[in-house]
Formats: sequence, C-alpha cells, structure tokens
Amino acid sequence: MNGKRQREPISDTMLLMSITIGIFVVMYALAMIILGGGFRKPQMLFDMLNDNAFLLIIACSLTIVMITGSIDISVGSVTALVTMVGVMILNGGLPLFENIRLKIGAGEHFRIFMAVIAALVIGLLYGLVQGYLIAYLQIQPFIITLAGLFFGRGMITIISVDPQKAPQDLMDILQTRINIPFLGSPNKKGVMIPAHIEIGVVIALVLVVLVFVLLRYFKLGRSFYAVGGNQQSALMLGVNVRRTRFLAHLLSSLLAGVAGLVFMMHVGAGNATNANASEMNAIASSIIGGTLLTGGVGNVIGTFFGVLTLTTIKAIVVTSGLRDPWWQSITTGVMLCFFIILQSIVLSRRGRGGFRLPQWLK
Amino acid sequence: MAKKLSNYSQLLIPLIAILLLILFNLIRDPEFFSVGIAANNNGFPVLQGNLISILNGASELVILSMGMTLVTAASGGQDISVGALAAIAGSVFVKVLKSGSSINGGTVIAGFILCCIVAMIFGSANGTLVACFKIQPMIATLILFTCGRSIAYWINGGATPTLESPIITAIGSFIPGIPVPTPILIVIVTGIVFALVFRFTNLGLYVQTVGINQGAARLNGINHIWIKLLAFIILGACCSVAGMINVCRLSLINHETILINIEMDAILAVAIGGNSLGGGKFRMIGSVLGAYAIQMLTITLYAMKVSSTDVKAYKAIVIIILVVMGSPVVKEAVGNFWNKRIKRNHAAVGKGAES
Repeated sequence: MNGKRQREPISDTMLLMSITIGIFVVMYALAMIILGGGFRKPQMLFDMLNDNAFLLIIACSLTIVMITGSIDISVGSVTALVTMVGVMILNGGLPLFENIRLKIGAGEHFRIFMAVIAALVIGLLYGLVQGYLIAYLQIQPFIITLAGLFFGRGMITIISVDPQKAPQDLMDILQTRINIPFLGSPNKKGVMIPAHIEIGVVIALVLVVLVFVLLRYFKLGRSFYAVGGNQQSALMLGVNVRRTRFLAHLLSSLLAGVAGLVFMMHVGAGNATNANASEMNAIASSIIGGTLLTGGVGNVIGTFFGVLTLTTIKAIVVTSGLRDPWWQSITTGVMLCFFIILQSIVLSRRGRGGFRLPQWLK
Repeated sequence: MAKKLSNYSQLLIPLIAILLLILFNLIRDPEFFSVGIAANNNGFPVLQGNLISILNGASELVILSMGMTLVTAASGGQDISVGALAAIAGSVFVKVLKSGSSINGGTVIAGFILCCIVAMIFGSANGTLVACFKIQPMIATLILFTCGRSIAYWINGGATPTLESPIITAIGSFIPGIPVPTPILIVIVTGIVFALVFRFTNLGLYVQTVGINQGAARLNGINHIWIKLLAFIILGACCSVAGMINVCRLSLINHETILINIEMDAILAVAIGGNSLGGGKFRMIGSVLGAYAIQMLTITLYAMKVSSTDVKAYKAIVIIILVVMGSPVVKEAVGNFWNKRIKRNHAAVGKGAES
C-alpha cells in the first residue's frame, strides 16, 4: 500500500475469527480449572481431533462454499457414501446390480489404494454434477445439494441395508496411531502413556493448511471472496464467476470425499446412519468460526476453532454430569444461539459506529 | 392473453410433474387411481385407494409448505426447524392429553391450543432472530433444528407415550360417518383460512413487498420486522397443526422419527412450486401442488416395491430433472428456440403475403 505499511482497521473476517479463538481459549481454560480431570490431559484435545477429523474437513469444504456465497448440504451424505463404498472395497467387492459383484484383487495395499481412488472419484463426480448444475444452469444450490443429500443416503441403503464391517487386519493398518513423545500423561499405574493421534487428523490438518494457503495467497481463493462479496462487481473485475462457483463446489465435494476416507479410517464400518446430520454440524462450526452465509466473509482457521469449540461444548456437557441424552444438543443449541447473536451484534455495531439495542428492547 | 398465461407459468413445473406421474402410473397399472369404498375396522364405509392415500399422506407436508412459502417470501430464506418444531408441538399435545385423567373433547382442544401457543412462541423466537438481529433464516433456525427434537424428548421425560382414544383416531384417520380421511379435511380448512386471509387482508401483498425490497417497504410504511415475525408465527401455527395430525395418525409420539426430514421436503415443495427461494413474489397454490407432487412420487415409488430407505435416491434423480427443467438457463434456451420458430413462421407468412 503506497510502499509503506498503513494501519488498517481490522477486517470483519479477522474480528469474528479472533472472537471465536478467544472464546475457545477461555472456555477450555475454565473447563481445565473447574472440571479438571480429563481436560487437564493433552490427550483430551487429541481425542476430540481424532473423533472429529472428518468434521474438520467437511467444515473446510463448507467454509469455501459459504465464502463463495453458496451452500452445500450434501457433504455429510458424501462422507457416509464414501465410507460405505470404501468398506465394501476393503471387504473385497462392490455389488453393482442384483447378482453382479465387482471383485477387487486380493492384495491388501491394492484394496486400500482402490478405496482411496473410489473416494476421490465419488467426490469428483458429485462435485462435477453439482457444480455444473449450480454454476452453469443457475439452479439454487440448496435444492441441488439437498437432492445430493437424498441421493447419497439412498445409495448407501441400495448398496447395503445392513452395517458392513471392514476386515480387522486392514483396519489395523489404517488406524495406525502416531505417538507424540512429550505430551503424555500417566495412567492409574503411573506408567506414562504417550499422547497419540490418528493418520486422519494429520490429513485433516494438512488440508486445513492447504485450504488456508489457497484462500489467502492464490488467485482462485481471492476470487472466491470476490464472488461471495458481490457477484456483479466480481464480474466487472474480470472474475469468471461461473467457473469460480463451479470450482468451489468441485473442491467442496472432493474434500467431502476425503472426509469419507478419514471417517472410514476412524470407525471402520459402513452404516446408513454414519455422519448423520454432520452437514449441519459443519455449517454450525463454520458459523461459529466467523463465516457468514451471505458470502465474502470467513476464514478456515476460524472454522478450525469453530469445530474445536463445538466439540468442547459437547465434551463439557458430558463431563459435567448432565447425563440425560437431551442436554448435549440443547446446550449446543443455546451456545450456537449465543454465538450467532454475538456475531450479529458485533457486526451491526461496526456498521453503525456504536452499539444499539434492537428497537423492541428500548 | 400472453400476460395472463405468464402469470401462471410458474405452476407449469408442478403441473407437468403431476401429469407425468399420473401418466406413468396409468401406463404401469390402469387401476392405480381407482377409488373404492370399503368398510374400515369400525365398520364405517370409507374411501380407499392410492389417490386417497396420496392426498391423506401429504397433509402434513401441504400444511407446512403453506407456512414455508410465506416465510420464504418474506425473509428470503428457509426455516429448517419445522420438523423439530412439529416434534415439540406434538410432545406438548401428548403431554396435555396424558396429564388429564381421560381423553375427551375438552382436553384435545386444550392440548391443541397449548401446543399452538408453544409452537408460535418458538416460531416468534426464530422470527426475532431473523427480523431483529438480521440473521439469515437458515442459520437462525439451525439453532432450533439442533436442539428441537431434544426439547421434545425432554418434555415427555425421555418416554414415547402412546394415546388410545376414539377422538384421537377420529382426528388421525376417520370421523365416524364421514368417508373422507380427517387430515384431508384439516388441509382443506387450512387452505380456506389462508385463502380468506389473503382475500380480506393485505398480508400477501405486504409479504411480497418486504421480500422484494425491504427498504422500499419501510419507506412505504410497512413494518418489515412485524411482517417477518408474523410469517414465522404463522409457520409455527402450521407446525403445530402438522405435529398434531401426525401424532393422532400414529397414536404415539416418537421425538426421533416424527416428521423426520420434512423440512427438506417442505422447502422442496416451495421450490418445485416455482417460488423463488430468494424471497419476493410467491404463489401458495404452487407450493401445495409441489407438495402433492412429492407425495405422489413417494407413493409411486412405494407401489413399485422400492424400499422406504432407497426411495431417497430415486427421489433425488426426479428432483434434479424437475429443477433442471425449471432452471432459468434451460427456460431461456427453450424460449429462444420457440421465438426463433415463431419468427421464422412470421417471416414465411410475410413472404407469402408479398408474393
């Protein structure tokens, strides 16, 4: 900027993100002090990551799509579909029609390789079809991705109504734990147990960094923001709006395919109810992380902390003794309400230069 | 003439869908739509047949899609919490009925009024978030979507109570002596209420004005906050009616499965009905036709021996075909094609006249 650094006012994206990070840190610190127990062990944090690596990835894909001003609610069902197909492939075959089975060769590594390929192909196909329909035929993204959601869930039961379990020897390879040497905690006998994460977490973190770099430093990432902020002015700036929206959906479905792979590595079984309603969790974490559904505002680092905040809330509810099954989602709802209202107030305060109560509260 | 036709052009897609489904069914099985009269368990003659089960089964969806149309038009977004809200309303209804010693007409009316009030309160909470805090409707209702079914579970203390009473059966299936299923009658009554409201008040006009341009509506003296709030409150009332019908139909409440995924179907009905999901102009009859088209598709698939879990995949394919047909790009292409043909014809006629 004119060769010299000017002090810029903090952007909406940064402001919302820093609020989320602040709240997460405060909440986790309070949980450590008040609830103690599991929260003082580093493994607690790593377990949250282990359980929610797939959620992290689909939250990233939703962040991309939401920044572009669109929505994708098919990611959860893509995740579940990929999990089911992957498990079937690991088991050695995929039923195509009534009696025809697609046989996959015997080699273990070959099967894993084929599962990865299948995941990417499913994600790619989903992205191509949805992206084309949304970007080039200009159909409302909600409806198309809703149809995608129905299709995915239906296909799972067409492939197999019963839950399928992957062979144990392959799962042992896939569920390899990566130990982290210094962050262990002693168990009851006083033996140090090193903290561990799964491969899926590494994949998820790498993807978060990649998406961050894409959104921040690449032309494509910047045009996502431009299209989401205002399609008309993006068009006038020479951004290919249609192609940008197409690529956003392609990327989102591809990431959802990878998320399915990560989910399969974590649970090792295909089931019709896998990753149920996870698209809504992903949307919620993106919102908590400061992404706006209207587009043009958002950051994938915020989404990362959004996922952590959401899972921390659930962990706090479970550890604080509210054992009845309904409390978990009621508290999640209340916290979501708090975050959403906070964001709305902060943004409206910035817009008007002063905090104002809504008219009916005066 | 052309202007009048274009007014109704948005109804084309649901009508084509219904016509195609009817044709398909008639080719597959000419007896598909035959309606007969048979005695039910209580010995009363009642109407039976696939057509009746389509009309009957779509009742909840039709009522919800009516409310959803208003919310979509006023706020330019969708309420994804209608299923959860219907679950809450149903739970309150059951709770009131169970708290009395016996189920009679008084408790049923009291239960309905109370569940209506509760649903309207939740609806106005959604509406407050949307109208006053200016949050996008989908996100504002995501809150209730997340915790609604748990609240329903909590109201009934973690149980799934059943209801046994002739009054409940009368609301859920048939009133003795009337051969038409009661849910269809409730839908007709709701439709008449909406029609009267639109006929004698300015609600429809105001909702469209707010949806098209909020600023302009405000300058014209329309309180856009109140209009949006009202739309959500009306949707809340619709949810309570739908929840009550479903509870009476099944004679039990299960917070997990009651009207599951109906929010998606309701939004779909609004979209298939040719209403813009971005708000503004709306036509409620389109949503109603859309809802019946969805239910007809489901029943057709069931009749083809598709299992209830697989239906979703086939539904998705039909939905995609429908919305591709209705997409602006395809419409424009088809329109251009027709215009060219008409021009060519005109040109040919002109030449003929010259020579």
